[in-house]
Amino acid sequence: MAPKDIDRRTILKSCGVLAMSVAAVGQPGRAEAQVQVAPQLGPPSIATRLTVNGQEVAFDLDARTTLLDVLREHLDLTGTKKGCDQGQCGACTVHVNGRRVNSCLTLAAMHDGDTVTTIEGLASPSGLHPLQRAFIERDGFQCGYCTPGQIMAAAAMLEEARRGAPSHATADLTAVLSLTDAEISERMSGNICRCAAYPNIVAAIRDAAEGGAA
Amino acid sequence: MRAFSYERAASPAAAAKAVAERPGARFIAGGTNLLDLMKLGIETPTHLVDVNRIGLDAIAPTSDGGLRIGALVRNADLAADPRIRRDYGVLARALLAGASGQLRNRATTAGNLLQRTRCPYFYETAMPCNKRRPGSGCAALEGFSRSNAVLGASDACIATHPSDMAVAMRALDARVETVSPDGSSRTVPIADLHRLPGDEPAQETVLQQGELITAVALPPPIQGLHLYRKVRERASYAFATVSLAAVLVRGRDGQVETGRFAFGGLAHKPWRVEAAEREVARGPAAVSDLVLAGARTTSHNAFKPTLARRLLAAAMAEAAKE
Ligand SMILES: Cc1cc2nc3c(=O)[nH]c(=O)nc-3n(C[C@H](O)[C@H](O)[C@H](O)COP(=O)(O)OP(=O)(O)OC[C@H]3O[C@@H](n4cnc5c(N)ncnc54)[C@H](O)[C@@H]3O)c2cc1C
Ligand code: SF4
Ligand code: FES
Ligand code: FES
Repeated sequence: MAPKDIDRRTILKSCGVLAMSVAAVGQPGRAEAQVQVAPQLGPPSIATRLTVNGQEVAFDLDARTTLLDVLREHLDLTGTKKGCDQGQCGACTVHVNGRRVNSCLTLAAMHDGDTVTTIEGLASPSGLHPLQRAFIERDGFQCGYCTPGQIMAAAAMLEEARRGAPSHATADLTAVLSLTDAEISERMSGNICRCAAYPNIVAAIRDAAEGGAA
Repeated sequence: MRAFSYERAASPAAAAKAVAERPGARFIAGGTNLLDLMKLGIETPTHLVDVNRIGLDAIAPTSDGGLRIGALVRNADLAADPRIRRDYGVLARALLAGASGQLRNRATTAGNLLQRTRCPYFYETAMPCNKRRPGSGCAALEGFSRSNAVLGASDACIATHPSDMAVAMRALDARVETVSPDGSSRTVPIADLHRLPGDEPAQETVLQQGELITAVALPPPIQGLHLYRKVRERASYAFATVSLAAVLVRGRDGQVETGRFAFGGLAHKPWRVEAAEREVARGPAAVSDLVLAGARTTSHNAFKPTLARRLLAAAMAEAAKE
């Protein structure tokens, strides 16, 4: 076959192994049941399985794909925000196996077999999560862009505090932790709010903590 | 990000071998430094070897009464470990002063030691930088150098090492354990892990391609007051301008009798001068004179030696009044 005869389809067929597809077993947090991403030429792909908001998802993606981009671009879970894409703002915070992480600074392929919870998966069928309610009641936002990350960070942070994990604001590393406002602020410092809704965010988290949230 | 191939290593030996086999291969642990640099085109590995499933994630007692911290132990878990909080307060404090809750959940012990400088020109690919592009020059020498080094630097590079954890480990005399692709293992004192920039600032450590850090061993607990003081541009979630890890013991007269002082933010590695510590009875100024001997500042970071002196004096005063 002369080079000019090699059309795009031929190449795509012969590169079936590199096909990029997302086969979602039910879209986590969304209505559609299947996502098919057009096969593409390109760099090595890697097979990965995740459980996102309770649903199993299997995909075969370019190894460069971050967890954040899988959630937003391939699973349409756009509640998780991309602020800086460099670990500096916390807008992309999700839970991986129950721990808060910056989804922008980790590759999806590194999470084969892991369980991911996003803001879409935080509420229960019976209603909003106590932190979500507290953010509304306390007006813990203005534009709302940082809010999903703030709430996901806060939910995991309250769990860390319950386990007694210390922070930079903890005076005595071996004493029983008391979750003061200074503790809340320090533990939430990985989440930047460009609107500076900080006082209300702290108040909302304090309410939820006192109500036994998360 | 440049394209790369990716594999999940199943054991430390397999990981070391996989990286040694390809010149462009790198380990990836938490990914919080490497991926950031890859997105910016500063790091361009052609193959990533994921070490997140090779074990090495426990903190266990050593036969001499110390602790061995697995290379994959996350910074958050290390800081929260009851033994670290009780017996190695300076280390818990240093960890908690670094990054954010989310980042500490991913960042690993080995990755933290091997994180790269935050020199602004290292991050700016349009500028000369001998560390990023050997031979291109050093933009920081004549540039914005507030964060740069004042000790142990060279005309080729005045970068600092940004880790808080490493500074505490230096004060504690930790030992870094590695395994090489040929299966041999060795122990490197933390003082020798990082190199000074010299003529080859891109060579940051004594580790070889494919040499995997497996653990960091802490000696038995050192009694005394454990302090980590970090001065930074905002109260949280910022790298150190200057930091001090100290372990201080008070004598019967109430004055500090022995002290260990390791500084961050001053050099290409945690900066500790043991000879200075032997002069602790002569007071903080005498100790600082020796720690800071040979300091060379720029117009932007001339404040650093003074800041270091004040941190050391404050730490000694705090220990004396405890
Ligand atoms: C916004 C932000 C703020 C931060 N603030 C601070 C701060 O205040 N203080 C601070 O100290 N740090 C701070 N950090 C840096 C953070 O601590 C490091 O990114 C982290 O510790 C790196 O660990 P990792 O496991 O993610 O490393 P990775 O990114 O996975 O790897 C880093 C390097 O180590 C190598 N490596 C990893 N594991 C091994 C191994 N077992 N053997 C040999 N080589 C290995 C990798 O190949 C790579 O070169 C901050 C980071 C960000 C993004
Ligand atoms: S100080 Fe080092 S890292 Fe910074 S520009 Fe100069 S060579 Fe590069
Ligand atoms: S988008 Fe991940 S921390 Fe900003
Ligand atoms: S509410 Fe606007 S960024 Fe936080």
